[in-house]
Amino acid sequence: MKIFIGFVKKEFLHIFRDVRTLIILFGIPASQIFIFGYAVSTDIQNAGIAVLDLSNDEITTEITSRIESSDFFVLKERLQSEKEIDEAFKKGVIRQVIIFENGFGERLQKEGVADLLIIADGSEPNVANLVTGYTKSIISTWVSENSNIQNSGIMSIEPEVKMYYNPNLESQFMFVPGTITIILVLVCALMTSITITREKENGTMEVLLVSPLRPIHIILGKVAPYLLLSLLVMLVILFLSWIVFHLPVQGSMVLLLLETILYIVLALSLGIMISTLSKTTQQAMFISLLGLMMPTILLSGFIFPIEYMPEVYNYLSMIIPPRWFIVILKNILIKGTGLAFIWKETLILFGMTIFLIAFSVKNFKVRQQ
Amino acid sequence: MIKARNISKSYNGVTALDSISFDINRAELFGFIGPDGAGKTSLFRIITTLLIPDSGDMQVMEYDTVKDYRELRKRIGYMPGRFSLYADLTVEENLNFYATIFGTTVKENYHLIRDIYSHIEPFKKRQAGKLSGGMKQKLALSCALIHAPKLIVLDEPTTGVDAVSRTEFWEMLKKLQKEDITIVVSTPYMDEADRCDRIALLQSGKIMKTDTPGAITKSFDRNLFAVTAKNRFNLIQKLKEYSEIDTVYPFGDSIHITFKSVDRESELVKHLSDSGISDACITEIIPGIEDTFLNLMKPAGL
Repeated sequence: MKIFIGFVKKEFLHIFRDVRTLIILFGIPASQIFIFGYAVSTDIQNAGIAVLDLSNDEITTEITSRIESSDFFVLKERLQSEKEIDEAFKKGVIRQVIIFENGFGERLQKEGVADLLIIADGSEPNVANLVTGYTKSIISTWVSENSNIQNSGIMSIEPEVKMYYNPNLESQFMFVPGTITIILVLVCALMTSITITREKENGTMEVLLVSPLRPIHIILGKVAPYLLLSLLVMLVILFLSWIVFHLPVQGSMVLLLLETILYIVLALSLGIMISTLSKTTQQAMFISLLGLMMPTILLSGFIFPIEYMPEVYNYLSMIIPPRWFIVILKNILIKGTGLAFIWKETLILFGMTIFLIAFSVKNFKVRQQ
Repeated sequence: MIKARNISKSYNGVTALDSISFDINRAELFGFIGPDGAGKTSLFRIITTLLIPDSGDMQVMEYDTVKDYRELRKRIGYMPGRFSLYADLTVEENLNFYATIFGTTVKENYHLIRDIYSHIEPFKKRQAGKLSGGMKQKLALSCALIHAPKLIVLDEPTTGVDAVSRTEFWEMLKKLQKEDITIVVSTPYMDEADRCDRIALLQSGKIMKTDTPGAITKSFDRNLFAVTAKNRFNLIQKLKEYSEIDTVYPFGDSIHITFKSVDRESELVKHLSDSGISDACITEIIPGIEDTFLNLMKPAGL
């Protein structure tokens, strides 16, 4: 145990003495979060809208002018029929269409209830969310100011929101699970594969081998520091996304951490496998970047939804651990579901981990070729 | 201490070691002398259990290098040919690390390394990669010694080290020998051979001779002459042309030659002055290890 601690201590010294390692460990996750943070604009000004007023009465005109007069929106078009909605979106100048039902004003005055439909461009989920949110709040302000219109004093407009092109707003906040998944693969697999091959390259592995250290000592000693640091990185990402995007962890934190540890161990064993296959750090880097980073970005469902992939890629993505981990993260982080919904993915990751560890320990050479 | 019998090793059909046998005694300073590619590193890797020989067996301290490699790895100190410490760790951290992985502490065996480590102790907070060549070697030796091994294996420890540090280094080895440590060392420098108790001349994976340096030079069975002249290049050409001469090897300032059967010094001087080299000077000399080595190498090499 003392031997093991000595080894881990040495690994930490390597990590803290190498500025590049530290940048990859903490700089990249932080910058990714901030890049996403600022790329996704949280302010809307002069967003183009269109109105389809099927009622054309006093009240709808008043609400329309209220929306129009706000700084957020500019009325670009007045549509005549529902058929024109699609056309209007395709021109690309409007973010949403507001539709007043037939007899809107009359119904509101008589029944105190009227329906309003807001259609937004779901291909930009964040913008869509913001514009519909602003619209809703403008309408509810108007309602509270004008409650005297209806005799009973109870009045409500029920805006219904519809998204075009991306009805469930799938990619919203997807970058947080995506970032975590990519960063963890990068940190764990790339870093471990590099540190082990670096020992080979520098000739220090030779000296380590001619010592009472067992392969399991060397492998665990390499893995332990990165496991701790990766968990730390994970918490940093969660903290930053909470601060910057107000994204709370919906599900169980304990489950999240346990799943993360499983995924980290998996990525670390991938790194060790890469290192047993490569002779130089360059080779290890090449395999990690090309063999892990690219598939993770392209096939994990982070950027391109898996459902829309050609079948071949869909099957291909099944052997990529990040694909499963993204589902797990999405469930715990965003949907707040429990283990009941993700046991299948967890089991797949677990199986992969067992396989990789067995492969690495078996392949670790206690001698030279 | 080491008993090797018919050790052979080849890489992809290229023979590195060709049926080598030798014995090394306890507390001996044993040197393997040979040019690059002679098989020194392969042999050392077999001794240190890093390589498995294709055939033959080797016992180190009664342990088999293949079967009992775990036991041996606790007892051997190995210093590979390349600098193989952690360049980004300080001198002190390197030493502590190697002590820890062998399950000991620097304090426990400090007496062994005191003489060596005291030279680099003033720089103990410096990163190992920033040390000079000589200091790197001292640190590497300290690290190889820190677990008090009974046998240390040093692969070309003095390559790339300045002359003063080299001398110091050999003196340290002599001192270690007195601590009952067996030292196996390799070097491409023939002039270092004299510092070993016994040496083995290694060439193309074969041991050509194993003996004390003195006995090896005595085995040089002919008279050796050194020839000097201003125009060295021309001199070598003319010497090679002369039919009575057997071997011609350039040696620093002079050229070492042997005659085929009878020593014909005066005739050679005449031959040289006839060929336009009037300042040739010829003297008989005592052969060194290198002369012996070249002489032994000749049947295979030429």
